[in-house]
Amino acid sequence: MAKVKPRVKVPKKAKAGETITIKSLISHPMETGQRKDKKTGDLIPRRIINKFEVTFNGEDVITVDIDPAVSANPYFQFDMVVPEAGTVRFEWTDDDGTVYDLEKKIAIG
Amino acid sequence: MDLNRRNVLILGTGAVAMAALPLPAFAVDAGVDEAIAAFTGGADVADGGVDIEAPEIAENGNTVPVAVSADGASEILLLATGNPNPDVATFRFGKLSGDSSAATRIRLAKTQDLVAVAKMQDGSFAKAGRTVKVTIGGCGG
Repeated sequence: MAKVKPRVKVPKKAKAGETITIKSLISHPMETGQRKDKKTGDLIPRRIINKFEVTFNGEDVITVDIDPAVSANPYFQFDMVVPEAGTVRFEWTDDDGTVYDLEKKIAIG
Repeated sequence: MDLNRRNVLILGTGAVAMAALPLPAFAVDAGVDEAIAAFTGGADVADGGVDIEAPEIAENGNTVPVAVSADGASEILLLATGNPNPDVATFRFGKLSGDSSAATRIRLAKTQDLVAVAKMQDGSFAKAGRTVKVTIGGCGG
């Protein structure tokens, strides 16, 4: 199984009240459950990231409920308001229950 | 035409194909309507007020960049009406979300319409559609 590796792009510094753009990507096959194994003809079981959540100091930024139509290596770009210095927390939930997470600090300056 | 074995088979195949054709189309539309109804709870949906950014022609249906935005939306549901399963994603914007917009990359099985339904903070719903032409479908295998 390919290793699942999350990556995000978050500015290190922002002004208080500024709106910043965040990009996120996680390497994941996003197996739809509709593809067939070409050798055996069996369906390849579904395995996708079904939820992506972003919080800043515990406050909700965005939550995405994901269906199999999202491409492999799901990419999300969105905006966030930075009210104060703190930590952005990213969580990706896999169909198998695994949660991949990542945290990035933002300073005010 | 003589009603021999070969002709009977051809006729039979044709009839089966004719009978089967309208069914998938109906099923897909019903899936889209169902998904919208589940999202809105049956409330009225106004047209416009939601932006969908997507290429007019997507060469590779495996990864089509799509961006949705709606001013003052708390949730946006994105549907691909021509996919085997129309659900794509639901974006829920929290307190610190900048401007209720998000971009991602999606799979499209064939040329089809995208539909975005937004739930506004005041509880009303708005909807917009956009056609994307797909050269190579994204549900192969």
